[in-house]
Amino acid sequence: MSISTEPQASPPGASTRGRPSRQVGDRVFAGFATGAGILILLMLAGVAAFLLAEGFPAIVAPAEDVPGGQGFVAFAWPLLFGTLLAATIALVVATPFAVGVALFISHFAPRRLASGLGYLMDLLAAIPSLVYGLWGVTVLAPATVPSARWLADNLGFIPLFAGPASTTGRTMLVAGLVLAVMILPIISAVSREVFLQTPRLHEEAALALGATRWEMIRMAVLPFGRSGIISGAMLGLGRALGETIAVALILSGLGIITFNLISGQNSLTIAANIALDFPESSGLAINALIASGLVLFLVTFLVNAFARYIINRRSEFSGAN
Amino acid sequence: MTTSTSKPAGTVGAGEVGPATSSPSPGKLPPRAPWLVVGAVASVAVLLLFVGVSPALVVIGGLAANILGICLWSRLVEGRRAATDRMVTAVVATAFVIAMIPLVSLLYTVVSRGAARMDAAFFTNSMLGVVGEGGGAYHAIMGTLIVTGLAALISVPIGIMTAVYLVEYGKGRLARSITFLVDVMTGIPSIVAGLFAVALFQLFFGPGIRLGIMGAVALTVLMIPVVVRSVEEMLKIVPNELREASYALGVSKWRTIVKVVLRTSVAGIATGITLAVARVIGETAPLLITLGAVTGVNFNPFEGRMSSLPVFSYYSYVAPGASPAPSIDRAWAAALVLMLIVMALSLLARLISYLFSPKIR
Repeated sequence: MSISTEPQASPPGASTRGRPSRQVGDRVFAGFATGAGILILLMLAGVAAFLLAEGFPAIVAPAEDVPGGQGFVAFAWPLLFGTLLAATIALVVATPFAVGVALFISHFAPRRLASGLGYLMDLLAAIPSLVYGLWGVTVLAPATVPSARWLADNLGFIPLFAGPASTTGRTMLVAGLVLAVMILPIISAVSREVFLQTPRLHEEAALALGATRWEMIRMAVLPFGRSGIISGAMLGLGRALGETIAVALILSGLGIITFNLISGQNSLTIAANIALDFPESSGLAINALIASGLVLFLVTFLVNAFARYIINRRSEFSGAN
Repeated sequence: MTTSTSKPAGTVGAGEVGPATSSPSPGKLPPRAPWLVVGAVASVAVLLLFVGVSPALVVIGGLAANILGICLWSRLVEGRRAATDRMVTAVVATAFVIAMIPLVSLLYTVVSRGAARMDAAFFTNSMLGVVGEGGGAYHAIMGTLIVTGLAALISVPIGIMTAVYLVEYGKGRLARSITFLVDVMTGIPSIVAGLFAVALFQLFFGPGIRLGIMGAVALTVLMIPVVVRSVEEMLKIVPNELREASYALGVSKWRTIVKVVLRTSVAGIATGITLAVARVIGETAPLLITLGAVTGVNFNPFEGRMSSLPVFSYYSYVAPGASPAPSIDRAWAAALVLMLIVMALSLLARLISYLFSPKIR
């Protein structure tokens, strides 16, 4: 709780702390509030505990019982690889565009247009991922087929584009691009928030000293907003790592390890694999899927904790202003 | 790209020659200079298209030529620093336009493909016994409403009380750890929330269990952090003077919270809850593994499988059966309905905060 440093926003409990609360209603209400808070603690602990309880049998099971027949690590590693690969593509593609969009809305677009565009981006961030997935598999996938063929023919010496190019376009590259389109509004929303918080005086000082708009942005806005971009990108990465249905619609399950982005033989992500396999699984296969979900949970936990760490560090830093 | 450049392209013929020969003031480009370059590039691009150069090459080359063009022109007239500024402006605007292309294409695709089945039957029929044409998503729509409603019923009280605790009571380590864990919960992948519900119910009811309430539990895990976050923000901006005035009148703390703090922020809270509902109503993955899917209507979340709009759309698309076309139409229609619901909820949230927000002077 960062608010405790600012006297003006300090919770009112501070002023009444010395007064003993005699009323029963007060105590009951406080009890309910505290109980709700503790319930959340228990719930998150429960998520970890139940996943562990149901996933553990697969982790310790003899290798030949786990799907794939080579133990849990061999089952989960290619999926983790695919998850990281798809999320990396998404992040690399989306971040520059998201920062461009955020800068455009916060500093370049005409004032009257800016708030409308900002609202439009918020709306786009709320579109269900299923819709993105349907669009990816019907529109984007076929549209990438000629480019993929060109890449395989001309840049085939790069392992990423080794080919042979998929004829349906349902490739890792398309999955990564759809994820990029999905997380773009999120990254750009977070970055825009931070860009808009740049101290007005810094901007005006830069302009008054004769800086052009770009020099002002480079000297005042970007240094101030750098942590915002990073944390926005991390939040987007977290969403890309956990995205399920859009990837499940585009990739068909093979679950191999390959850097080849444009071939029909591709890796699969943890989340998509759960969605594809879960309805038809039973017994230890379910436990293996739950255990892979636990792995995903840990990865996204680390990414999000890192993002929060950066955000919190920044809020302490900017509190000095 | 072509849509945004086609407008100025018409004026180029006259405009292009004018300013280049007689610039309005020395060392400064005319105010419309960026649009003139865009127009010039666009007209050349149209010419090249007619000649038969591949469209992809023309678009990429056009975008690059546009950035280079304004940069060079400014370099010649205004100098290096202004040229860099012009170039960045062009790059940022180009990035914006490129980023908008997939989003516009997405909206267009969903609306045009989904419109085919926007008829009364789609909203009133279930899929019971339907093969091929016809059928509807009544069962799925009701399932979505029931499951999401249940999730809201569970998570709204918990979320509001937690936010009250954090803002009004929270001190020390417990409050800090709750804040941290709420942040962590915000990032839980939706499929993991679904797996949690599966693991929980599987432990008590045995494997293979599929219930509406399981879906609601999964959505609750996703919804609570959003509710807590937004309510917390709203409670924080209630002015302290209001609380102090209430205490000064001898009102007890819990009555102050209920009658003053929550009352003042009710619009913001309603907005936050609406947005939280909009966020979880489109979730597919957790419902896919907790609800299963049925073709008939099931209103009881405590017994048997239920259908839901996202899962209905997903299965209609990936498993269309013998005659794929009608099923895929239904998938798009369901996706469109889902998107409309989300948009309507977002607009409703805007409206609530606009109409009912307290006028704090």
